[in-house]
Amino acid sequence: MENLIALLIAAPLFGAVVLLCGGRRLDKTGHWIGTLLAAVSFGIGVVLFADMLGRSADERTLTQNLYTWIPVEGFQADMAFQLDQLSMTFVLLISGVGTLIHVYSIGYMEHDERRRRFFGYLNLFVAAMLLLVLADNYLLLYFGWEGVGLASYLLIGFWQHKPSAATAAKKAFLVNRVGDMGLSIAIMLMFTTFGTFAFTPVFGAVGETSEGMLTAIGLMLLLAACGKSAQVPLQSWLGDAMEGPTPVSALIHAATMVTAGVYLIVRSAAVFNAAPDAQLVVTVVGAVTLLFGAIVGCAKDDIKKALAGSTMSQIGYMILAAGLGPIGYVFAIMHLVTHGFFKAGLFLGAGSVMHGMNDEVDMRKYGALRTYMPVTFVTFGLGYLAIIGFPGLSGFFSKDMIIEAAFAKGGTEGWILGGVTLLGAGITAFYMTRVMLLTFFGEKRWQPDADGHEPHPHESPKSMTIPMVILAFGSVFAGAFFEIGERFLKWLEPVTGYSHGNPPVSAMTVTAATMVMLLVGVGIAWAMYGRRPVPVVAPRGSLLTRAARRDLYQDDFNHVVLVRGGEHLTRSLVYVDHSLVDGVVNGTAASVGGLSGRLRKLQNGYARSYAVSMFGGTAILIAATLLMRAV
Amino acid sequence: MNPVNYLYLAALLFTIGATGVLIRKNAIVLFMCVELMLNACNLAFVAFSRMHGNLDGQIIAFFTMVVAAAEVVVGLAIIVSLFRTRHSASVDDASLMKL
Repeated sequence: MENLIALLIAAPLFGAVVLLCGGRRLDKTGHWIGTLLAAVSFGIGVVLFADMLGRSADERTLTQNLYTWIPVEGFQADMAFQLDQLSMTFVLLISGVGTLIHVYSIGYMEHDERRRRFFGYLNLFVAAMLLLVLADNYLLLYFGWEGVGLASYLLIGFWQHKPSAATAAKKAFLVNRVGDMGLSIAIMLMFTTFGTFAFTPVFGAVGETSEGMLTAIGLMLLLAACGKSAQVPLQSWLGDAMEGPTPVSALIHAATMVTAGVYLIVRSAAVFNAAPDAQLVVTVVGAVTLLFGAIVGCAKDDIKKALAGSTMSQIGYMILAAGLGPIGYVFAIMHLVTHGFFKAGLFLGAGSVMHGMNDEVDMRKYGALRTYMPVTFVTFGLGYLAIIGFPGLSGFFSKDMIIEAAFAKGGTEGWILGGVTLLGAGITAFYMTRVMLLTFFGEKRWQPDADGHEPHPHESPKSMTIPMVILAFGSVFAGAFFEIGERFLKWLEPVTGYSHGNPPVSAMTVTAATMVMLLVGVGIAWAMYGRRPVPVVAPRGSLLTRAARRDLYQDDFNHVVLVRGGEHLTRSLVYVDHSLVDGVVNGTAASVGGLSGRLRKLQNGYARSYAVSMFGGTAILIAATLLMRAV
Repeated sequence: MNPVNYLYLAALLFTIGATGVLIRKNAIVLFMCVELMLNACNLAFVAFSRMHGNLDGQIIAFFTMVVAAAEVVVGLAIIVSLFRTRHSASVDDASLMKL
C-alpha cells in the first residue's frame, strides 16, 4: 500500500510535464489529460483512505522511502513520504477539490488559447501541494513549499499580457519569499539544534531542547506560515492575487497554498506545544488577521476581492485555533476542510457570475441575478449560508468549535480571543450577506462594458455547474458528517492530540452568542443593502470604509516603510560607493598618474642628461660602498 | 716607478672622458670620450694587475678591448646613419622619442 504514496504526487507531476513539454499537438486534449491525472491522484487518495480506515488508529501511519536525496556525511535528506491521518485529510482535500476545479476550468477557460498550459500549471500546483503535505522531513516540505510558490506565481500571472496580473504575480512571489526565508531559517535552526530535520526525530527531541530555541524555531515557522497563508503582516499579496483566472483563486484559497501555513503549524504541533510564547504570537497573528480580513471584506466592491478578504479572515480563524494548542488543532483542520468546500464553491460561483456578466467584477453592477442564474444562485447561496455559520451547515460546526476552543483557552486570554472570534463571526455574516444581496437580489444595475456590449446573464455550462453542485453538497453536509459522533476529532486526535481546555461558559451559551452575532450581522447588512436601493457608484463612505477599501493601508504602509526605506538605503549605499569606495580607487589612480607625470619629465630625450644620471647614480653607489666600508 | 702613479693617470683620463661626455654635443667626440674612459679603466686594470702580481687584471683588459671594438662597430654605424638622416652629428638633436 505504501508504494502508492509516491504515485499520488507522480500523477499530477506527470501531467504537468506532459502538458508543458507536449506542445501544440496537445491543445485539443490537454485539458482532459490534466483533469484525468488530477482525478487519478484523487482515486489513489481514496484507495489509501479506505485502506487506512481498515487499520487501527495506532497503525495508520504509512511511510515510503524512495531514495536518499542528499547523501552527505552528517547531512542526510531522504526523498521519503509519510502518510498519516493529517496528511490523508489534506490529500483528499487537495486532490478532490483540485479535481473539481480542473473540471470547472474546462468550461471556464474554453476560449483561452493557452488552456493546455493552464492545466499544466494547475497540475504542477496540485503536485507541489501534495509533496508539501506528504513529505516526512522539513527539507522535502520546503521543496514542495517552493513548488507551490512557483505554481502560484505562474497562475496568478497567467494573463501576463495584463500588466496588473504580471505585477500581482511578482508581488505574490516576493511577499512569499519573505515567509520562505523564515522557513529556511527554521530548518537551519533545526539542523544545528537536532542534527536532523525529519519529523519524527525532531519531535522526539523537543523535550531535551531549551525553550528559547524552540520559541525561535516556532516564530520562524510562523513567519513562513504568514507568508503562504496571507496572515498579517505578509497579507498584502492575497488581494492582488485575484488578477489570476477565477479557478486559480478557488484553488489557492480552498485547496492549496493558503492552507499550507495552517498545515505547517499543526504539523509542528510538538514544537509549538513546548513553546508557549510562540503559541501566543500565533494566536495574536490569527486574531489580528481575522478582524483585518473581515473589515477589508466589508468594503470591497470587487466580488473576488471581497471573497479574498473573507479567506484571509477564515484562515485567521484557523491560525488562531492552531495557536491554541491541543485544544484547537483538530478544529483548525476541520474548519480548513469545510472552508475548502464552501470557499471553493463561492469562488467558482463568483467565476460563474463573471462568466455570465462579461467578466464584470464590480458587485454594484450586478443585482437581481438569482432568476438568471438559478444553479449558481443556489450553490453560491448554500456556500454563503455555510460560511456565515447557519445552523446545521458546515461552517456552523467548524466555526462554532473554534469559538468554543478560543474561550476554552481560559483566563483573560480566552475571553479576549473568544470575543474576537465572536466579533469576527458577526462581521463575516455582514460582509457575506452584503455580497449575496448585491449580487443576486435588489434591482438590475447592469452596465454595458467598455465595448458597449449589454450583459446577457446566462447560466454557465454543465462542466462549471456540476463542480459547484458537488461543492455545495460538501458545504452543507461536511460539517454535520464530521461532527456526528465526533468523527473528525477521533480521526485526527492520534496525530495532533486533544484536550478540552477549561471552558468558562457552556457550549450552548457560546452557540447562542454566535447566533446572536450572526443575526446582528445579517440584519445590519440587510438594513444597509437589502432595504434600500444600492448606488451603482460607490459612495465616499466613512473613514473606516475608505481605509478598508484601500486594504487598511497595507500597501501604503509597505510602500512607506519598506519601499521608501529600501530606496533610502540603496541611495545611501550608492553615495558611500561613489564617495568612499570609488574615492579610494580613483584617488589612488590619480595620485599614481600625477606622480608618473612628474617622473616622465626625467625622460627628456637628451643623451647627456641620461649620462649625468648614470654618473650621479654611480657616484652615489660608490659613496655608499665607501661609507659602509668605513662603518 | 711607483705603480700608483698609473692609477692617478687612469683617474685623470677617466675624468677627462666623463667631462667630455657631459659637456660636448658632437656624437663623434662623445664617442671618443667614452673610448677614453674605457681605456682609463684598462690602464687601471693593468696597473692593479702589476700591483697584485697576478694576471687577472690583464685578462679583463683584453675583454674590455674586445667589447670596446664591438661597441665601436655598432656605435659608428648608428652615428653614420644618424648623420645621413638628420645631417647633423649632434646628440641633442636626436631627442625625438621623448613625450
